[in-house]
Amino acid sequence: MAEVGHEGNSVSEPLDLVRLLLDEVVCVKLRGDRELKGRLHAYDSHCNLVLGEVEETIYVVEDEDEDDEIKTVSRKSEMLFVRGDSVVLISPQSRSY
Amino acid sequence: MLFFSFFKTLIDHEVTVELKNDIQIRGILKSVDQYLNIKLEDISVVEEIKYPHMSAVKSAFIRGSVVRYVHLPAAAVDIPLLEDATRREASIHAGKAK
Repeated sequence: MAEVGHEGNSVSEPLDLVRLLLDEVVCVKLRGDRELKGRLHAYDSHCNLVLGEVEETIYVVEDEDEDDEIKTVSRKSEMLFVRGDSVVLISPQSRSY
Repeated sequence: MLFFSFFKTLIDHEVTVELKNDIQIRGILKSVDQYLNIKLEDISVVEEIKYPHMSAVKSAFIRGSVVRYVHLPAAAVDIPLLEDATRREASIHAGKAK
């Protein structure tokens, strides 16, 4: 991807992509088979995040009678701080990028 | 420094800290430091029956590195201010890289 002119700033390093996602709905993949979907309100260079109106999905494998079923558990939070060392990736929710 | 300052604005609010071992501790945020270590008072464990070993504890120091999430009261967060502070912090870092 070439440099994207947005708000008068250019994309030259990976976190610049995250800056463009401020105040947008993002999907965050975390360690421990967890995903978050929520509005990005803050981030820093450690990938610490603050998300608003978040839905967390946890993927749990249940082995009942040998056929492993994947169950999902959903939880909601109005405002959530996420510590950066759990973050695997941050992506825009819609793939219209 | 952004989140250190942010957490300082939340002192004396009730938060729920979720640890990497899944225990959730609710309490009043009393202090925070640059490592995002957290001191909570008047604590209660969210699933008391599952984690009974903390029941007698009234306050706790939590090492920042064991935190997974902190659930915050949305009313205590000034969202435009936080987003502006994030952009400022990002531009400082961009300046250093060049």
